[in-house]
Amino acid sequence: MIELQLLALLAMPLTGGIVLAVFGARRWAAELNSVMSGCTFAASVLLSIAVIDSGPQTAFNEQFFIDQFNVFLVALTAFVAFTTSLFSRPYMRIEQHHGKLSTSMLHLYYSMYQLFTFTMLVALTTNNMGIIWVAMEAATLTTVLLVSLYRTPASLEAAWKYFILCGVGIALALFGTILLYFAAERVIGDGGTALLWTHLNEVKGSLEPTVLKLAFVFLLVGYGTKIGLVPLHSWLPDAHAEGPTPVSAVLSGLLLNVALCAVMRSKVLVDGSLGNHFAGNLMMGFGLLSVVVAALFLSRQKDIKRMFAYSSIEHMGLITFAFGMGGKVATFAALLHMSMHSLTKSAIFFAVGHAVQKSGTQQMDRIRGLMQVSPTVGWGLMLGTLAILGMPPFGVFASEFLIITTAMHEYPWTTPFLLISLGIAFAAIFGRVQPMVFGQANVKPLPHTPALMPVFIHLLLVLILGLYMPAYLANWYRQAAALLS
Amino acid sequence: MQIPLILQFVNLLASLLLLVVFAMLAQRRILSLINLFAWQGGILALSTFVVAYSTAQHHLYYSAGLTLILKVLLLPWLLHRLIRKLNVRWDVETLINIPTTMLVGIGLVIFSFNLAAPISQLSEGITRGLIGIALASVLLSLLMMLTRRKAVSQVVAFLSLENSLFFAATSATQGMPLVVEFGIALDVLVATFIFGIFFFQIRETFESLDITHMEKLKDD
Repeated sequence: MIELQLLALLAMPLTGGIVLAVFGARRWAAELNSVMSGCTFAASVLLSIAVIDSGPQTAFNEQFFIDQFNVFLVALTAFVAFTTSLFSRPYMRIEQHHGKLSTSMLHLYYSMYQLFTFTMLVALTTNNMGIIWVAMEAATLTTVLLVSLYRTPASLEAAWKYFILCGVGIALALFGTILLYFAAERVIGDGGTALLWTHLNEVKGSLEPTVLKLAFVFLLVGYGTKIGLVPLHSWLPDAHAEGPTPVSAVLSGLLLNVALCAVMRSKVLVDGSLGNHFAGNLMMGFGLLSVVVAALFLSRQKDIKRMFAYSSIEHMGLITFAFGMGGKVATFAALLHMSMHSLTKSAIFFAVGHAVQKSGTQQMDRIRGLMQVSPTVGWGLMLGTLAILGMPPFGVFASEFLIITTAMHEYPWTTPFLLISLGIAFAAIFGRVQPMVFGQANVKPLPHTPALMPVFIHLLLVLILGLYMPAYLANWYRQAAALLS
Repeated sequence: MQIPLILQFVNLLASLLLLVVFAMLAQRRILSLINLFAWQGGILALSTFVVAYSTAQHHLYYSAGLTLILKVLLLPWLLHRLIRKLNVRWDVETLINIPTTMLVGIGLVIFSFNLAAPISQLSEGITRGLIGIALASVLLSLLMMLTRRKAVSQVVAFLSLENSLFFAATSATQGMPLVVEFGIALDVLVATFIFGIFFFQIRETFESLDITHMEKLKDD
């Protein structure tokens, strides 16, 4: 039985959100935020253990469904949300000290942070394709006010763009969900069960292919807006650059994954109904386009957070491409890359956040010599950059290597595009980061000690997984990959 | 083939819905735009009610009631209050080239009927043609979001998009499960509140609700 663990997992962030909505202005709000996120993470570990031991199961009248695939994302989400809350405690205090944030803004931030975690966990664990939509929309709603937290003209513009674009995107996903329901109703009959994924999965062979084909196009375009797939990505760099850094870290590391999870759930159904590679081809196309376009844009950025936002688009494109190829190896690699990207990218954003605070600007040509003044931030940024660029021995290398070798084997024509894009990204990011880390110092010390533990915990995990993968974990990934392919 | 009277009525409401979306597309005045939005909600509630009556789906009565309260009363009232507070009640928007927009709109309707044709073949009786109309309204609302330059009218376009989707859900599929519909309604309500907060923040910062001021973030 997993009901207890699931209840704890969902109740923790929801209670946290409500309690912090009342007490968010107190001095201990930051600590409470971390404690609640810590408890959520503990619940997710218990849930993972239960599911890995006893296999996929439903809970609460079939309204929730947990298998190895989504429990893996649940654990990842809860973990990164926890470490981000640890990072945000000193980070937000420094912002307050610099006069960028008021107490009431922090109040909003803490409450919304917990509710955002809650919506993501609901989207991951629910069995109902309609509730996935509701939770995804709620995730936008909880973060949109966080993107505009600083109330600067640029941040308002970014938040408006984020709201409108994701609102439109997610509306298209709703149309896709309605079409899916339309097809399911004819097979399952009406009533509450025709949107439950487990029921749909049982009858996927008899769902009407023409309807499902159209439904998948809408679902992919809709949730793809959230993943940040080109050409629907234009909200992403703005929202990442203008929002507070902890929000950039969770948007980039977590929300994009959750949207991808929704797409994968739909893909399994469509594949079963169509029996061909239609969904996979679409995903490969969008993925490849994202990788190429993001790499080209990446090399022209001047703002450090924008640059890493484009890097997120590139990596999400790569993951979508790998899922699109399908097959056990590619899916395994995509899952691995999802976790490596989440850990590495959030670590980078943590380091970037403190680097920006030290130099007082996000313009890369004005950040210099981090290593001289604070070696920990400097090393964190350098190692994180090397990891995300796919340098061995970090884990990103392993997953990218797997994806590219599979692509060479099955779709050789895609290899030059992938390799050239990764090369451009490497030259652009490394060329920019190197003078920021080394070079002559112009940065100043901070009023509070930054929390850099999360950066090194994340990077250590990525390093360990790059060198050696425990059998337990490898087995977990393999089971999840088997469920999807 | 003789179509039962009640289905003819649903079809009539569907075409009225499409007509209202076209009217919104061409409407320059913000106040009239909001009133049209309320009309759209009314048509939606009525069509949901008729479908509920003809198919004896009891949960559709709830969603008809929900639509009536939320889309006809609450949201238009909130929007009226907002534009009064923001002093944009009598604002007139300069729309460029309404005839072209209309022609593009007609093109979108033809496109969506074509796209929905294979699906319409599958459905029996009541839902024939309705998916096409719903899809057309969705695309027209999207077009409206693209052509508008005022924040308030963009939001009305967004809500009209939501209405069209709701129409697709209730008329074409005889209603999504109630829990999903409640969730969607809640999301829409919260979204409207957040939009309201945004209007004030935007006006405070830019001293105007014109979103042309907000096109600074670009990649060079």
